[in-house]
Amino acid sequence: MSVLLALALVAADPATSEPAAPPPESAAQEEPGAVDWAKEFGVAKKVPDPVTGELPVDPYTQAPANSGATPFAGARMAEAFGGQAGIRRIVGRFVDLNIADPRIADIFKNHDMIRLRRTLFEQFCYLLDAGCTYSGRDMKSSHKGLGVTRGNMNALVENLQRAMRESKVPFAAQNRLLAKLAPMDKDVVER
Amino acid sequence: MLNPSSGASARTRRRLAVAGAAVAAALLAGATPAQADPLLDGDKLILTNGIASIEGASGGGLASWSTIAGMETDRGIGLSAHVTGIALPDYGWESHGVAVGIRDRVELSYARQNFDTRKVGAALGLGEGFRFNQDIFGAKLRLIGDTVYGSPWLPQISIGVQHKRSLDGAIVRAVGAKSASGTDFSASATKLILSKSVLVNATARWTSANQFGLLGFGGPKGSARTLQFEGSLAYMLTSRLVVGGEVRTRPDNLGIAREDDAHDLFVAWAFDRHATVTAAYVDVGSVATFDGQRGALVSLQLAF
Repeated sequence: MSVLLALALVAADPATSEPAAPPPESAAQEEPGAVDWAKEFGVAKKVPDPVTGELPVDPYTQAPANSGATPFAGARMAEAFGGQAGIRRIVGRFVDLNIADPRIADIFKNHDMIRLRRTLFEQFCYLLDAGCTYSGRDMKSSHKGLGVTRGNMNALVENLQRAMRESKVPFAAQNRLLAKLAPMDKDVVER
Repeated sequence: MLNPSSGASARTRRRLAVAGAAVAAALLAGATPAQADPLLDGDKLILTNGIASIEGASGGGLASWSTIAGMETDRGIGLSAHVTGIALPDYGWESHGVAVGIRDRVELSYARQNFDTRKVGAALGLGEGFRFNQDIFGAKLRLIGDTVYGSPWLPQISIGVQHKRSLDGAIVRAVGAKSASGTDFSASATKLILSKSVLVNATARWTSANQFGLLGFGGPKGSARTLQFEGSLAYMLTSRLVVGGEVRTRPDNLGIAREDDAHDLFVAWAFDRHATVTAAYVDVGSVATFDGQRGALVSLQLAF
């Protein structure tokens, strides 16, 4: 029964069934008598942190090793990326490109983008030895259930390359960062 | 690489519908996804399909690589087509071919080589402008590894087979070849070492081909296959521009003419996601007693 219910919901999903989907804001104005699906599914509503705006996550052990690679030593890479300001700009552009990319935009729907921008900045900043530590989850648990394919991963790489290129990061330095990220594919690609 | 929160907002029906789809996917556990992937997914990273080698297999131009042709990933099918021209002091070369990549795992290729002897043809008594022609049917299987991803110490490794059929059987036997057709077996390892922006390939080929098979297979100096080496070293200038060099050793079976190792220096430019143009300086040494065959190669590849 629940499978049929879920399939019916898929069919009713405007994001997949209608090209001109209404913006989420209008969808939030639920009509009177609407079913409280959160209650039906037993989903607890998450309340954003009043200060950071991030949604709560299940507890995990914080460790820089969760970043999935060992950081560079020395200032060269951080300089190539324009320091923390440059890394923040690149990460912001990278996330913007991803959520606008029709190949992978769906993966980011319903995700806490505030937290993503923060943890991704921390990860890059940490790996580039630009004076940060990484407080996010490890690559396997942070990508669990996203259903990322090899093609999705390639789209991410292309968007990151574009963001780095637009910020004038030398190509060899771009590749040195990608060399840290490429072996993470085993934890990111799920299907 | 990414750290989206798993927090599921339950504020809108639309979002819940997505959650419902996730529940359905979890319940169906591996059954057909809500949206099927396109057959020609075209999601391979640019240039990681390689460029067509002169035998039609995906590679670096002269050498076969472990790469699989086409722009598909492990969830689709890719198609590739190429045309290559080589101008040598005494000869002309034109080849063209097609390849299919299946799930970035299997490559099936076909190429036709047309080798114009120009004035040499008259000197050899074949007639001016005589052309040696050859069909090559290839298959390649990726065993393990990935050119870009995974451990930097584990290259992408493939095995390949190429069945070559000279269309000039009587003539290639007259010059001393044992057979007009032959089959090459190969094993390749390819890795893009991102930390250095360098791509390295090494291929072992077990072959008895004379001048890639255009002059048949085997001869007075040897009729069995011997192990030959193909090496490529390339540097990535941008994600779409690569320069490199290759070396390819070859058997020397024929009595009437010496055969040398082949070399090239190339630049490959993916000017579009689906199109790569390659220009190279090629040195194939002595061909049918005419030494110093060094010239220019131009190749265009379309890939989907």
